[in-house]
Amino acid sequence: MTALLTLNNVHVHFNTAAGLVRAVNGVSLDLGAGETLGLVGESGCGKSTLGKAIMRLVPVSTGEIRVEGTDIAQLQGSALTAMRRKVQMIFQDPYGSLNPRSTVGRSVAQPLVLAGWKPEAVAERVDTLLGWVGLPTDAKQRYPHEFSGGQRQRIGIARALALNPRLIVCDEPVSALDVSVRAQVINLLEDLKAEFGVSYLFISHDLSVVEHIADRVAVMYLGTIVEIGSRDRIWRQPQHPYTKALLAAAPIADPKLARTRTRTVLQGELPSPLEPPAGCPFHSRCPIAQARCKTERPVLRATGDSAQAACHFI
Amino acid sequence: MAAVPLEVSDLRTTLFTRRGEMKAVDGLSLSVGAGETVALVGESGCGKSLSALSIMRLLPDPPARIVGGAVKLNGRDIVPLSEESMLDIRGKEIGMIFQDPMSALNPVATIEKQIAEVVMAHTGLGRFQARARAHELLEQVGIPDAARRLDAYPHQLSGGMCQRVVIAMAIACSPSVLIADEPTTALDVTVQAQVLTLLKRLQAEAGMAMIFITHDLGVVAETADRVVVMYAGRKVEEAAVDDLFEAPLHPYTAGLIGATPVPGAVRAERLADIPGMVPPLNALPPGCAFAPRCPRAMDRCRTERPALTEPRPGRRVACFAAEKGPT
Repeated sequence: MTALLTLNNVHVHFNTAAGLVRAVNGVSLDLGAGETLGLVGESGCGKSTLGKAIMRLVPVSTGEIRVEGTDIAQLQGSALTAMRRKVQMIFQDPYGSLNPRSTVGRSVAQPLVLAGWKPEAVAERVDTLLGWVGLPTDAKQRYPHEFSGGQRQRIGIARALALNPRLIVCDEPVSALDVSVRAQVINLLEDLKAEFGVSYLFISHDLSVVEHIADRVAVMYLGTIVEIGSRDRIWRQPQHPYTKALLAAAPIADPKLARTRTRTVLQGELPSPLEPPAGCPFHSRCPIAQARCKTERPVLRATGDSAQAACHFI
Repeated sequence: MAAVPLEVSDLRTTLFTRRGEMKAVDGLSLSVGAGETVALVGESGCGKSLSALSIMRLLPDPPARIVGGAVKLNGRDIVPLSEESMLDIRGKEIGMIFQDPMSALNPVATIEKQIAEVVMAHTGLGRFQARARAHELLEQVGIPDAARRLDAYPHQLSGGMCQRVVIAMAIACSPSVLIADEPTTALDVTVQAQVLTLLKRLQAEAGMAMIFITHDLGVVAETADRVVVMYAGRKVEEAAVDDLFEAPLHPYTAGLIGATPVPGAVRAERLADIPGMVPPLNALPPGCAFAPRCPRAMDRCRTERPALTEPRPGRRVACFAAEKGPT
């Protein structure tokens, strides 16, 4: 597997009035071409910040972000622009991510215009893109407010696809959508992947959606990855106590299955990233924590089947 | 026999707007027994929240007004009651929990003051006793370090903690009916599990009747005894929770279930999606509101609106195709 994206010890720190926030605190992972990597975790775990760092929408403090071998973490100017053609992003809020005063055609054409395409080529490409995402071509002349949430998300996807990116960072792309529309957008993303071989970094807090769409899954907690492995491995044999707790907490849309499973409800809430616990970031909520966990931070270790987990007791 | 805690019959709520009248709740009937949880399910705009607000008599008027039907709370119809009498009933006989705990709380009042206000309004307890009761309630809803939290302001607590405070306020006077409107939608999954466990425990302890409004079928499967599915302001299906998931009768219910991935199940290649979207209330089709999106729609569905039928006791569906056979 050739890695399309390689993260090597990526840190994103923010200086705030209340102190230094280590939003992403040493993340390393690989994403192969044509692969969908799900990134799950609760609010504040740093998953969106990591997505934005890969897009270079927030400054990377230290570490390497390699896209097809080139480190882009500190690129500037035209080199950065060239990189952005390879990596695109779809955002959570389909209302906030489109310019309300710009027609849909202009929004979708924007990346092409910036890339220096000729007007005739742009017009043709916009028609093709709208067709791919299942919107009528007369959508071009209309404005975002004329469309529903699901349709706006399609517009965002068309814009992201404009320059044939290799990787699309999907930041909670279906969280704001209704159930039936959510399924439409997930199916569209899967069709596009099958057709164009694009890779997804699929960021979501919804485990059932990630289980459906991802090939591999990474679980984040307080800025670090605590477990990463194939989808089946994470769901059938989770190793890290936090992964187990997350899976136990996720509601299952099957009443009989829901009743038969035993669930241990995790106590407490995510600690503040301003004052992360020393040692293992999860020890304050962990059911199997020992004295060692309070002082020594566990590193990711292989647990078999190319899966890794960061826990002293695996 | 004691009266059913909540019995809603043929409730109709209309929005009077410049663009015409919209039937936001169109003839909803449901009853909830003591200790029972009925889930009200549907997508945005199907009328589930407006149904809850109608039952609570909390509708913004104008534009919304109850134009027909009855809401019997412990045997008494509360639709004709004055706002003054409702003040007495809300919080005492019927409580409500909202989706966004942050905006349900007053940001400039301490937790103690907000809970004590409810307690004093309904019980005649003095300030001092009300504080003791507030402390007790915070412990009951599992807030750690309750004594210290009493003097905290909402912004000092996390979303999950705020939702616990809202729950404490809702159950302060042991209401016989609790309406929970998407109470865990804004919460993280581990906190959601905590709040669901808490609600179930409190309900079992007090034998409350609960209406649980949600769009998340996973949450429905975890909490409900019975399910009412709504579409475009009307009830389209009602069933016991197991029956609903096992053999949905209405194509819309079947579509919702097919569109929800079940972790651990055999991975479906594609999710079953429902084409199109929920029609706006001012542009409902003449026949069945779901007909334009329905895979089983017949000519009749486009002109005639199916009435709610009861093929088996406790099982209701409004669909011509379902009358012919299961999906």
